[in-house]
Amino acid sequence: MADVTPIKTPAEQALAAAYDGARGRLPGQGAIASLRENAFKRFDAQGLPHRRVEEWKYTDLRTLLRDALPLATPPDAQAKATATGSGAVFASLNPRKLVFVDGAFVPEMSDLTPEAGLTIGSMAEALLKGDALVAVHLGKTFESDDAALALNTAMMGDGAVIRIAAGTALARPLQLVNFTATETSNYTRSLIVVEKGAKAVIAETHDGCAAQVNTALELVVGDEAQVDYFKIVATRGIHVGSLLMSVGRNARFDTFVLNQEVGIVRNQSFVRFAGEHSTGAIRGVNLLRGEEHVDNTLLIEHAAAHCAGREQFKSVLDGESHSVFQGKIVVKPGAQKTDSKMMTRALLLSDKAEADNKPELEIFADDVVCGHGATAGALDPTLKFYLMSRGIDEAQAETLLIQAFIGETVEEIPHEGFRDAVMAAALAWLETREVKP
Amino acid sequence: MPAVQETVDRVRQIDVDQYKYGFVTDIESEKAPKGLNEDTVRFISAKKNEPQWMLDWRLEAFRRWQTMREPTWARVHYPKIDYQDAYYYSAPKAFKAPKSLADVDPELLRTYEKLGIPLKEQEILAGVRKQSEPSTLDGDMLEGMRSSGRVAVDAVFDSVSVATTFKEELKRAGVIFMPMSEAVREHPDLIKKYLGSVVPTSDNFFATLNSAVFSDGSFVYVPEGVRCPMELSTYFRINEQNTGQFERTLIIAEKGAYVSYLEGCTAPMRDENQLHAAVVELVALDDAEIKYSTVQNWYPGDAEGKGGIYNFVTKRGDCRGKNSKISWTQVETGSAITWKYPSCILRGDGSRGEFYSIAISNGRQQVDSGTKMIHLGKNTVSRIISKGISAGHSQNTYRGLVTAHRRATGARNFTNCDSLLIGDKCGAHTVPYMEAKNSSAVFEHEASTSKISEDMLFYCQSRGMSAEEATALVVNGFVKDVLQQLPMEFAVEAQKLISISLEGSVG
Repeated sequence: MADVTPIKTPAEQALAAAYDGARGRLPGQGAIASLRENAFKRFDAQGLPHRRVEEWKYTDLRTLLRDALPLATPPDAQAKATATGSGAVFASLNPRKLVFVDGAFVPEMSDLTPEAGLTIGSMAEALLKGDALVAVHLGKTFESDDAALALNTAMMGDGAVIRIAAGTALARPLQLVNFTATETSNYTRSLIVVEKGAKAVIAETHDGCAAQVNTALELVVGDEAQVDYFKIVATRGIHVGSLLMSVGRNARFDTFVLNQEVGIVRNQSFVRFAGEHSTGAIRGVNLLRGEEHVDNTLLIEHAAAHCAGREQFKSVLDGESHSVFQGKIVVKPGAQKTDSKMMTRALLLSDKAEADNKPELEIFADDVVCGHGATAGALDPTLKFYLMSRGIDEAQAETLLIQAFIGETVEEIPHEGFRDAVMAAALAWLETREVKP
Repeated sequence: MPAVQETVDRVRQIDVDQYKYGFVTDIESEKAPKGLNEDTVRFISAKKNEPQWMLDWRLEAFRRWQTMREPTWARVHYPKIDYQDAYYYSAPKAFKAPKSLADVDPELLRTYEKLGIPLKEQEILAGVRKQSEPSTLDGDMLEGMRSSGRVAVDAVFDSVSVATTFKEELKRAGVIFMPMSEAVREHPDLIKKYLGSVVPTSDNFFATLNSAVFSDGSFVYVPEGVRCPMELSTYFRINEQNTGQFERTLIIAEKGAYVSYLEGCTAPMRDENQLHAAVVELVALDDAEIKYSTVQNWYPGDAEGKGGIYNFVTKRGDCRGKNSKISWTQVETGSAITWKYPSCILRGDGSRGEFYSIAISNGRQQVDSGTKMIHLGKNTVSRIISKGISAGHSQNTYRGLVTAHRRATGARNFTNCDSLLIGDKCGAHTVPYMEAKNSSAVFEHEASTSKISEDMLFYCQSRGMSAEEATALVVNGFVKDVLQQLPMEFAVEAQKLISISLEGSVG
């Protein structure tokens, strides 16, 4: 009954070889190098996450990632040229764009005009120079043994390092534009520190060709800070994104993720309420068809009392698509008066689609109100019939009902501009949907 | 509110030590040699006079078990079990299968009397006492069952069945109700056909272990169209030190049959942990219905978590026929560790599965329990109501799976699992899995966790109730949905158990 050590898959072997080959070139010495080394050991011991790893039960990366693509090389002029239209979904908001092509920061395409209280840098540079902010926070926002995150830490190349000084309210939203110009793999790692009482609106977009992206963002929300964070994934290939958040006292945050026109996506959020009286919302919408696969996995840790969390995820599934929601709320001993609600709903438009939901509660404090709900089902035929009896054709009736279904979540987005942009993107998806008679 | 007063009085009667069935019966017993190997399996099989095919079946399971690993995914922590440091068979010495109660060792009868188990059916049948009169028997476990006097009981003591009551009357109705060991000899065709057909020998670590060393248990067969004339019940008692109990229950309801089955269990208070790994298989054919109720009250260990039963149980029902129904109801208050997921395979079109559970943990108890509803047939319906109550330093987890396969069109599930926390040292966890693989499946799940509302307590207390009375009232309201599903006699008993388990948790 000995423990079985599984044979390394070709992808795992390729990843090990890639790490070996890149080790000397990856930015950072000393502490950073040993951080990488330890992270790679953690990854190597676990291998690619597979269905026997509870947190990856429905997204078996060992099977899905058949071959590891080669590491991206710095983008050439042509690659940069193709990236110009990337992330246009938020154009109407006139955001400050920071552009990453194949995982490398492209300063000349980014808006680096100075603003009081805002410091922007590249992660590669920060790792090379031994940046103080990075030394304080990197890898410490939320510690996790997750294998995909460990791989990111081992291989992290570039990314953004952003500091928003205490009391600063950013004039414009920040947008991290990620574009993949080649079918390669890249590992970006960003750190955003929003200091006490500061306000920031941050967006992250991913588009481009079918690459393999493993990205992580550490977001430190200081006391009394307010952060709105939006992520849109619209890229084929394999996207694994980790969001690591630590939230201070009396803070507020809202996050939202939209996945549409994707390949395989895994968004994992690790959020810790570390200070009292903070509120936060984590929401998301998946619009899926074909063989698309999206996995949203949350780990929300209430480590301080009097915090309120709201999680809401909706999936619309057509074709043979597959949506996964795993949400775990942990209330630590002493986190009394926690108020946490989680809701996940799946709308199945096809008999071949699959929706797996696993909302979890783990509670160690008695004076709390925690709840979760989950539903899965098809469009209500009576509602459709009602609309059609009013002269609306079938396709439009379905569109209206789906819009209402996701609207419930989209409407909750506090930032008006983003709300409209997300709804417009969702409507565009609905327009192209084929309605089966 | 008389019921509540009764509950509270009951709480008061109990001393610091809550567990009242912890006595040891001093009876000489015969055991298999300590440890587990093929010889142990052969020993048990020989003791039971089993045919060769049964021994082969066991040995195959044992060989498979040796290649398996103990599961670690449940939220329970316990020191590694040394499977070689336990006895796998124990029977009262000079034990012969009794022909009537007169043959049963009086010491054994006294044990069951102490537990309030109505083995002495003659007492009722002979008209010694009327059903409504208080019994001369001591103790009050399963009091309701006794006073109704219409429950057939199979009593299992360590590894053997000591008595089965109402056999004659059941026989007239065509119902077979006998110890598993007898059934293997008397109804080999049924056993061969059904044993292991719901929980295969390779199912999981504990079920495979059970398949190798199971000693006794109940066998129930209800023929086509028969409604079993009375409640059937098995009462399990672990007595011997260091002995595991591995019972195996198989219930088959033929077309259109109905049976309601109850089980109860207790064990002495001992400092070391004891293992209980049972397997229960239910088969419901077309239009049949099986109702399975459990009041589990194994010794939970003392306040520091010393001793107690490790309860690793595999229970599964197969709704094999069209429009069949299986309903699990459980009240879990005992055991140091509970690892138990009564499940329904909804294979027949239009079949229905239900799971009603109250799991109460106190002291250092760890409960990881829930259900699986596997929708395979068309228009299948399942319903899950789970209420977890944690107090003291206990951990209480609900873990459940609802899945609808591609062809399970029109599958419908409703799940509600609520947890109540009493005190700030305990934990309550919910881990539901929902897998919808076709668009016409409709799943709804809701869960909540809260502590007893201070408003509710305040309201009750402002009407003159004590804190304890108020808590008991709120808790009873919380679990009402489940208690309603229990057979009437059992519901009374369960309600009492709830108040016992919560003793010491107020304040």
